[in-house]
Amino acid sequence: MTVIESHRNRSRTVYAASYNRTTLRKTLIACAVLTGALLLTVIMMSLVGSEHLPASASLCALFSFGRSQCALTTDQFDILFQIRLPRILLAAAVGGSLATAGASYQALLRNPLAEPYLLGISNGAAVGTMVALVFFGGNEWSRPLLAFVGALLATLAVYRLARGRAGATPERLVLAGVIVTTFLSSVIVFVTTLMDATRIRSFTFWLLGDLSGTSKNLLPVAIAIAIVGTVVLAANARSLNLLMLGERDAFDLGVEVGKVRIVVFVVASLLVGSSVAASGSVGYVGLVVPHLARLSLGSDNRLSIPAAALGGAVFVIVADTVARTMIAPRELPVGAITALIGAPLFIYLLKRT
Amino acid sequence: MLEARELTIKYGERIAVAGVSIVLKPGEISAIIGPNGAGKSTFLEALNGQLEPASGVVLIDGQPLQKFNRRTIGRRIAVVAQEAELRFPVTVLEFVLGGRFAWAANASWGWETDHDITVANEVLHETELAELSGRLMNELSGGERQRAVLARALATEAAVLLLDEPTANLDLSHQSTLLALVRNRCDNQGAAALVVTHDINLAAEFADNVLLMKDGKSINSGKPQEVLTPSLLRDAFEIRVLVDAHPVTGVPRVTPVHETRRQV
Repeated sequence: MTVIESHRNRSRTVYAASYNRTTLRKTLIACAVLTGALLLTVIMMSLVGSEHLPASASLCALFSFGRSQCALTTDQFDILFQIRLPRILLAAAVGGSLATAGASYQALLRNPLAEPYLLGISNGAAVGTMVALVFFGGNEWSRPLLAFVGALLATLAVYRLARGRAGATPERLVLAGVIVTTFLSSVIVFVTTLMDATRIRSFTFWLLGDLSGTSKNLLPVAIAIAIVGTVVLAANARSLNLLMLGERDAFDLGVEVGKVRIVVFVVASLLVGSSVAASGSVGYVGLVVPHLARLSLGSDNRLSIPAAALGGAVFVIVADTVARTMIAPRELPVGAITALIGAPLFIYLLKRT
Repeated sequence: MLEARELTIKYGERIAVAGVSIVLKPGEISAIIGPNGAGKSTFLEALNGQLEPASGVVLIDGQPLQKFNRRTIGRRIAVVAQEAELRFPVTVLEFVLGGRFAWAANASWGWETDHDITVANEVLHETELAELSGRLMNELSGGERQRAVLARALATEAAVLLLDEPTANLDLSHQSTLLALVRNRCDNQGAAALVVTHDINLAAEFADNVLLMKDGKSINSGKPQEVLTPSLLRDAFEIRVLVDAHPVTGVPRVTPVHETRRQV
């Protein structure tokens, strides 16, 4: 007994502070800092653009939440609140959604290379969106809905393909992703030929990730899905922590593996679907951001999922600001910017695994 | 406390385990031995529901396993499985705290309580990993990692321990430390353990009961002295063995007699 007691005492005094485990406090602090960074990014980036807006007047209008025009002209005011801010908010929703989806796929599939774009899930959503555009063109709501269905079907296809007898190795998963991606790409090409010539160009641009077509109706939906999706996935973080170590281990330790898998597949597909419907396939966000989150804050999903969501929002806002200002007044697809950063990182990760 | 009655497990059409039974009692270590492909690990996997048996039933305290949810089973039965490859960096403490998952008030969300941390630190001391608690799992040696896996199983405070080849990667001294820890749990806290092992002499030394399997069937079970006999072992392993008493402990000692060998 005395040995155990002395152990207990030692463990309380000596070891209590010698590690930095992820705690609720650490998570709250990190999320507060990142939320601050996100707000700052939203404000800063809304001042940047091809049309110069006076900074102090813009800030004044932003902090009045659009109730006061301050010293802005009506045109400037409209640029700020009708064009720039919605686009930035959409970028935030898309970035948050994709990063959260990426982080969850990585934990669930036990694979640091899992990413919606690389697994072909974004392409599945793109096919869904295209089907909606071609066959239900008039109905705006059919886009995110069919994008979700497309993403979910692509997810299930990749999952089935990647699962060998020995489980899904990283290589096998990436290979399955390549197969699904190329297959769906040819479906996209096929559907594109059904479109009239004038729409094809804007369509190809959208496919590469384009935030310029922000829809008034879908923006609140995209934001709501990003927030709710992140909350639901973060709420499964403790199960995901164990799934990250192995499906069998997680099962033995009490995780309802099947249930968690369904939750992640459905919610992550919803996140990817709503992002793709709104902005096309913005690649590599789900790879770069969760990786940075884990690198700086550790692998605990209770912290890394919300941190990835907030960081993803910042990342895509900044990438989109670059995309719309670099060769202004013309624009680049935001997906080109994220891929420019993400592809080298992917190679680096592939070499390490 | 854990009982399996006439378990038959099939992989497709192939019968991996045919009607094997076992009873695990508090304070006892049981061992399953047998040649490769005898169905030992498969049998073990069915005991906590990892595999669904084609027929037969697993009972926890007299109740069928299916009546419990995963978290309840996680609190009752701990498993030390053959190690999965780690692809994400986690510290030893985080890894061991995984064993506290089933005790969380909420199914998924939530944080470890002070009690969870205390339990984790205790098992880290028991397994002599306290100094390493802040290190990353993939920085540890094979033996240290194996101890961390055992520490996580002990952290579940489960009354039943199922161990699949727990000593496979360990040197002589760590083999006996690890089994001493299991023995300790059984003696002091009334746990029941089931060890699948290839090391017959280790089974003879630590186990109260031995189940000898071959081709999915139970050949015999009972006290080590009853099961570890030259004729039964010859039936199971198809090799001639010599069984005598260990000169120090007196338990059966099994020595294979190889047909082809170096001339002395």
